[in-house]
Amino acid sequence: MYKVMKGNEVTAYAAMLSSVDVIPAYPITPSTLFPEKISELIANGEMNATFIPTESEHSAISVAIGASASGSRVMTATASQGLAYMHEMLAIASGMRLPIVMAIGNRAISAPLNIWNDQQDSIDERNSGWIQLYAENNQEILDLTIAAFKISENEKVHLPVMICMDAFLLTHTMEAINIPDKKEVTDFIGKNTTNRIILDTEKPATLGSFASPEYYTEFRHQVTVAMEAANSVIFDIFSDFKKRFNRNYDVVEPYRLDDAELIFVSMGAVSGTIKDAVDVLREQGKKAGLLRLVAFRPFPSQQIKKYLSMDVKIAVIDRNVTPGYDGSVLYAELRSILYDSDFKPEIIDFIAGLGGRDMTIDDFIKIYTLAMEMNADSNHIVWEQLKPLGEDVS
Amino acid sequence: MNDNEYFVSGHKACAGCSVPILVRWVLKIAGPDTFVVNATGCLEVFSTPYPYTSWKVPWIHTAFENSAATATGIDASIKRKGLLNAHIIVFAGDGATSDIGLQALSGMAERGNDVLYIMYDNEAYMNTGIQRSSATPYGAWTTTSEIGTENLIGKKEKKKPITDIMVAHNIPYAATVNIAFFNDFKDKIKKALGIKGTRFINALAGCPTGWKHDPSKTVEVMKLATRTGIFPLYEVVNGQMRITYRQDPRIPVGDYIKVQGRFKHLQNNHAVIDEIQKNVDSWWSKY
Ligand SMILES: Cc1ncc(C[n+]2csc(CCOP(=O)(O)OP(=O)(O)O)c2C)c(N)n1
Ligand code: SF4
Ligand SMILES: [Mg+2]
Repeated sequence: MYKVMKGNEVTAYAAMLSSVDVIPAYPITPSTLFPEKISELIANGEMNATFIPTESEHSAISVAIGASASGSRVMTATASQGLAYMHEMLAIASGMRLPIVMAIGNRAISAPLNIWNDQQDSIDERNSGWIQLYAENNQEILDLTIAAFKISENEKVHLPVMICMDAFLLTHTMEAINIPDKKEVTDFIGKNTTNRIILDTEKPATLGSFASPEYYTEFRHQVTVAMEAANSVIFDIFSDFKKRFNRNYDVVEPYRLDDAELIFVSMGAVSGTIKDAVDVLREQGKKAGLLRLVAFRPFPSQQIKKYLSMDVKIAVIDRNVTPGYDGSVLYAELRSILYDSDFKPEIIDFIAGLGGRDMTIDDFIKIYTLAMEMNADSNHIVWEQLKPLGEDVS
Repeated sequence: MNDNEYFVSGHKACAGCSVPILVRWVLKIAGPDTFVVNATGCLEVFSTPYPYTSWKVPWIHTAFENSAATATGIDASIKRKGLLNAHIIVFAGDGATSDIGLQALSGMAERGNDVLYIMYDNEAYMNTGIQRSSATPYGAWTTTSEIGTENLIGKKEKKKPITDIMVAHNIPYAATVNIAFFNDFKDKIKKALGIKGTRFINALAGCPTGWKHDPSKTVEVMKLATRTGIFPLYEVVNGQMRITYRQDPRIPVGDYIKVQGRFKHLQNNHAVIDEIQKNVDSWWSKY
């Protein structure tokens, strides 16, 4: 069945199709439509779940943790300030190995207050022990969310997952979505079997205890091991997904990389625009390509090495800032991964599209030209579209 | 009351700590069909040094300020499984309740989750080394209400009336308890466990380390807290308040103050002691 839906609505549908038990949530632009849609689906009798509109995001994630620790399948959604407010609880969810799924409407972080799209919010949480998958379009939001339950509940993983979708570009944009039958989804994800230790009066367990230096490191290490295991688990689950639903996913998506001289690297919805720019450039005989990261955690290091350790230029589109470091996060991590590869490509960081500043096909064509003109002596950290100080912002 | 033990010894509480006594007896009354949520604080730290635990019921700690929200998640989850009669009990300190966790607690009370929330009130942040909380009484020394030439009083603000605040949420049951008055304590826990919705109990929790008295004197000091009228025992059922213990005549507050090192600086400060006495008398004049 096809249905035209906004990204946020897709998220709510994914929760319904995935038989989520408990949904705590707190409204924040651009994710607000999620709790609204959930409330509506439950009120209509279309969905059987317990919805808890909490008094804050900190409590929303804490309710999620309590419900997940007692065996329920749980989902929530937030963005930006809400995600930052949850920060404390994120590492607690992963440290306690709870398979919670959370939709993130990627939005800029204050100050100044801004409700539009960049990826600072979720990128800031890269050390939280959550798997992070970035969608390019609304179909992916649905598919990745459904897959996320299966990934997070896998016993080699048992980690929470963020499904990241760009504010407005995805959360509020209508697209026709192929919606599978609920039965197909149930067959795919499986029942919530709780193959893990939960709060149970028949088998009392102590969850979240106090660990001395003698034990703490091993707990943290196990989260890292689970994250590494997630790499192959995600691959297997995507293969299974393809068999059942005939849509293909991987942790990275290569686009027209053959004999490319410049490869863009990006995450999220902007990748669609970059693909168009690549097509235009190719028509002009310019050899551009794109490597889109679907998974940011676990970082797809092997695949990045496979596609990028060549004699090419790389233009990283970084939709975040890390003040005090030379370049932003995606650039830094990519460069670090390629440090020990056979061919070291020339990598240029384009810090771009912050706080909802539009990125068009023309912008990427300009970036291509700029990057191709650069040599080893050029400044490789470029603040794209930066206005000179004092210019009227209006 | 259950013959079995659900909170067992071997934990690392200070000698003379009242908190294990409180928890042990609450659980003996509640029985095995109980989920416990514990806020960060003394109890959580001394009872679960990995890989050991004192808890023989399902127990969870997630953070300092969010026990009410964690309990909400358990409530939702077990209801979906059809576990309608299990108890959910929160144990949280005064800091976790009156200060940093007030928002989450208020949220839960408004939602009316089926949770018995017990604040163990040792009147300071003890786990981090005796810093003042909003529940620290007027005149008490703590490491953040230090006594010096510019501060002869200690904490200069009055204790936050947390039980009143919870009553104002229109919850079905709120009470104060003191394990030194055991029958009163037992009756209230039983009663609270038999009621649905959010219930709140303010349990005085003697703490020799923070209150600075001999560990053998905990129960005596706790008795004085109530006999002086400083910590009155009452319950509020659906908004109806009832005093459950009356000492007539009340013992002067000075007798409580002089046995605790945290009030040592007040021993000869009659003006402050009189002020404390006046506050206590004024509260009781209403009841
Ligand atoms: C968000 C946060 N802030 C501060 C702390 C540090 N901290 C841990 S326990 C505690 C005090 C607890 O006081 P209370 O709730 O009264 O419990 P008690 O230790 O007295 O039993 C503090 C400040 C923390 N763990 N988390
Ligand atoms: S500091 Fe006080 S409350 Fe904490 S364990 Fe020691 S006596 Fe008990
Ligand atoms: Mg305390």
